[in-house]
Amino acid sequence: MHTPWQAAAAQKNSARELRPLTGNEAIARAAWEAGVRVAAAYPGTPSTEILESLATYPAEDLHAQWSTNEKVALDVALGASFAGSRALCAMKHVGLNVAADAFMTSTYIGVNGGLVLVVCDDPGIHSSQNEQDSRIYGQLASVPVLEPSDAQEAYDLTRLAFDLSEEFDTPVIVRSTTRLSHTRSTVTVGARADIASRGFVERPSKNVMIPAHARARHLVVLEREAKLKDYFAASAITRWETGDSSFGIVTAGTCYPYVREVLPNATVLKLGASWPLPEQLLRDFCASVDRVFVVEELEPIIEKEIAALGIKVEGKRFFPRAGEFSPEVVRGGLVQAGILPAPPSLNAWVPEPVVRPPVLCAGCPHTSSFMAVRASGARVAGDIGCYTLAVLDPLRGIDTCVSMGSSIGNAVGMAKAGETKPVVATIGDSTFLHAGIPALIDAVYNQANIAVMLLDNHITAMTGGQEHPGTGKTLRGDPAPQINYEALIRACGVQWVKTVDSYDLAATHQALREAINFRGVAVLISNRPCVLDPIKIKGPPLEVVTSQCTACQSCMNLGCPALTWSDEWFEGRHRVKIDPALCIGCTLCAQVCTIDCIKIATPPVTP
Amino acid sequence: MNEQSKVAALNADSEPVAFNAALAEPFNVLIVGVGGQGVIMVSKVLAALAQAHGFEVKQSEVHGMAKRGGAVFSHVRFGQRVWSPTIPKGEADVLIALEWAEGLRWLPHLKRETGVFICDTKRIVPPFACLNRRLGAPLRYSTETAEQVSAYVSEAYAIDATRMAEELGNDRAANVVLLGALSTVLEFALPEWEKTVTSFVPKKTIAVNSAAFELGRNWIAEAKTAPPADDAAARPAPVHAHYAARLEITDAWCKSCEICVKLCPERCLTLNADRIVEMTAPEKCTGCRLCEWLCPDFAIRVHLDTDAAVMEAAR
Repeated sequence: MHTPWQAAAAQKNSARELRPLTGNEAIARAAWEAGVRVAAAYPGTPSTEILESLATYPAEDLHAQWSTNEKVALDVALGASFAGSRALCAMKHVGLNVAADAFMTSTYIGVNGGLVLVVCDDPGIHSSQNEQDSRIYGQLASVPVLEPSDAQEAYDLTRLAFDLSEEFDTPVIVRSTTRLSHTRSTVTVGARADIASRGFVERPSKNVMIPAHARARHLVVLEREAKLKDYFAASAITRWETGDSSFGIVTAGTCYPYVREVLPNATVLKLGASWPLPEQLLRDFCASVDRVFVVEELEPIIEKEIAALGIKVEGKRFFPRAGEFSPEVVRGGLVQAGILPAPPSLNAWVPEPVVRPPVLCAGCPHTSSFMAVRASGARVAGDIGCYTLAVLDPLRGIDTCVSMGSSIGNAVGMAKAGETKPVVATIGDSTFLHAGIPALIDAVYNQANIAVMLLDNHITAMTGGQEHPGTGKTLRGDPAPQINYEALIRACGVQWVKTVDSYDLAATHQALREAINFRGVAVLISNRPCVLDPIKIKGPPLEVVTSQCTACQSCMNLGCPALTWSDEWFEGRHRVKIDPALCIGCTLCAQVCTIDCIKIATPPVTP
Repeated sequence: MNEQSKVAALNADSEPVAFNAALAEPFNVLIVGVGGQGVIMVSKVLAALAQAHGFEVKQSEVHGMAKRGGAVFSHVRFGQRVWSPTIPKGEADVLIALEWAEGLRWLPHLKRETGVFICDTKRIVPPFACLNRRLGAPLRYSTETAEQVSAYVSEAYAIDATRMAEELGNDRAANVVLLGALSTVLEFALPEWEKTVTSFVPKKTIAVNSAAFELGRNWIAEAKTAPPADDAAARPAPVHAHYAARLEITDAWCKSCEICVKLCPERCLTLNADRIVEMTAPEKCTGCRLCEWLCPDFAIRVHLDTDAAVMEAAR
């Protein structure tokens, strides 16, 4: 791909080099090169590494921060754009739901400094609560959506996105997916452009969205969209690759390499942007071939647009609307469509797969918290985080899970609806700061009778250990003011607040009972750091005195990965053993052992 | 390079040589294991080596929740032109597994005729495999044997890499033992392997990792003359007595403390209207005895009946 800016960059910096980068790293690199001054995000798989990577570039070049949630992150980026600097905001697909309020108006305002939103979807739901298609947000907001298909394009299109943003006065979405974000391939990189701030431009009719201004701006947005259609029709990022004319494939993003893998010689229209779509080009392309297929992951956005032009097009008839694509999926669809012959069936031996869902780590403090929650007999509103795993056996301690910060609001609703069991909401520290505080205030204000368990493990654990306002450190690791949860919660009007060490199982049970018995909103803070972050905790391991073990399997209730069945039996049941390599010595199993046969290993193994 | 020569190094006594032919079709290596084992490190070493040889490389991995002790995989593809970042099913040239059951899970991804399977015999038994409380319940872990695997693929190696690394004093180096084994399959020059591995491991562990690499490499050479070790088959079949569980509740002794109700793993006990414990879901009871152990008033006794009629009723 040769775009003008790329050639210009090559001239400016002859020392261009090749680097193996993931899609996320390539996006960060491109943003840095594009002269980004402010970058903000809330961590979320698969988008997390974009900001982590940006934080490795010099602090003089850009300010990179973790924001408390995606709406705040977008508002921060928008603020930087208002001030005339280039800005980036990264999020996962569900993060755009949180940021959607600001986003839907930012499209009316447009930009001063270039503003790029990187949105990483998760087709296949590797680590999310749904698999929505963010391209629909682009359509909804009339914002261009660039869809890179590999790390090089992630780099190229991110750089382009900043230029487009300023040229067309619009926020630009760069849409990635898990497969692109976490795939590493070679990228040709360049140097950072020296882009001066444009300074704040006072123009209330563009920057202040009161109804009178917004009505006028909506028309501007529609005009802009028409111009963008023409731009993408002519742009080098839209590629018409000619081959066999009996059929043609329209595709974009990560589907493109799958199409090429399966059909190396096909006629392909590869769209660099999946919104807005170049109508005339699509008409011309479709007219040049006998049959047209659209290969796109998740929703039939391109397919419906082509169909709306009155063109016969096939797509979701053969390719699924749910789940992640792969060469096999694309091949399967094309076989069904009669384009490819059915592959010979192999005499495949299918071993019986072991069930291996993700589990809470050995010594995870959430384990004991959920032992207590489970024993409380409560109706439990859960939230998004590692602790969502407590829904699985053996803890089986969560009844609902919706989205970041939902647990407390869900609990209020359940309590107000007359749920007969006690109602408990569980929420992690980072999630609480993200979207739990307004819900807690709501609970206090409306005098709900609920208990909230704030699972404070001092880190954003699920995404791999990112800092947040409760950790006392910034994204770059600099010291920062630290949130005092007890003071914050009391300031919200909560009368009953207590902190407990979740490794003290009896105290946790006792405190939770008190919290549930309190009439009104009670918040119990279960306070124990994550065993993986910021340091991997490893204490002296425990061992089972096997000869005494009565195989009651009380300890197996913890679901601790360090505990497994030994080869010895007692009354028809496996006795238990502890893997010393995994055990971190949290002592929870010893606390629940009915006959006290779990001890510190002798001789103690030094970690 | 034809299919045959990709694995030719296994049968040659000489040192593997650098790729001298263009890979028109991508070479596909699938690396799998359990979160925290070092799958990603193995794939990074391989990707770096291929990149240094001027091949186009794509490496695709999983992140996030899956890392919490779940299954982890990384696809590495290299050649003159690589389109898809993932390896189509049945197209992997080599499958490197850091855990036995994970190796089996991904086996169908291997090329049926020419695929090479290199798998650590390390068993990481997930908590899910141990959750069945029924009497005599089997461990829900792979029962397939190394011989079955050998019969399925062209070359299969079950290597006790974790134990080998442990003997070197660092079980974390198991993935480098497997890299050593892999180095016999891929025709990158030995010094390049060593240089690349060294650059990816922590400085303090270079010595142990170099030794681990050497061990893995030599092990394959020896294994070619000996049949693969069969770890799974050597395990004795479980022997246990047959019982059916029955609860005897002494109402008069129950003081409604609810400990048994709250801690019953199967949730088959409740307090009745008189706040006396009652068995409400006998079909769920596994006779685990927790209620008996935990009752402070000895109000519950668990009987494990061997009577055939009871056994029949329990079924």
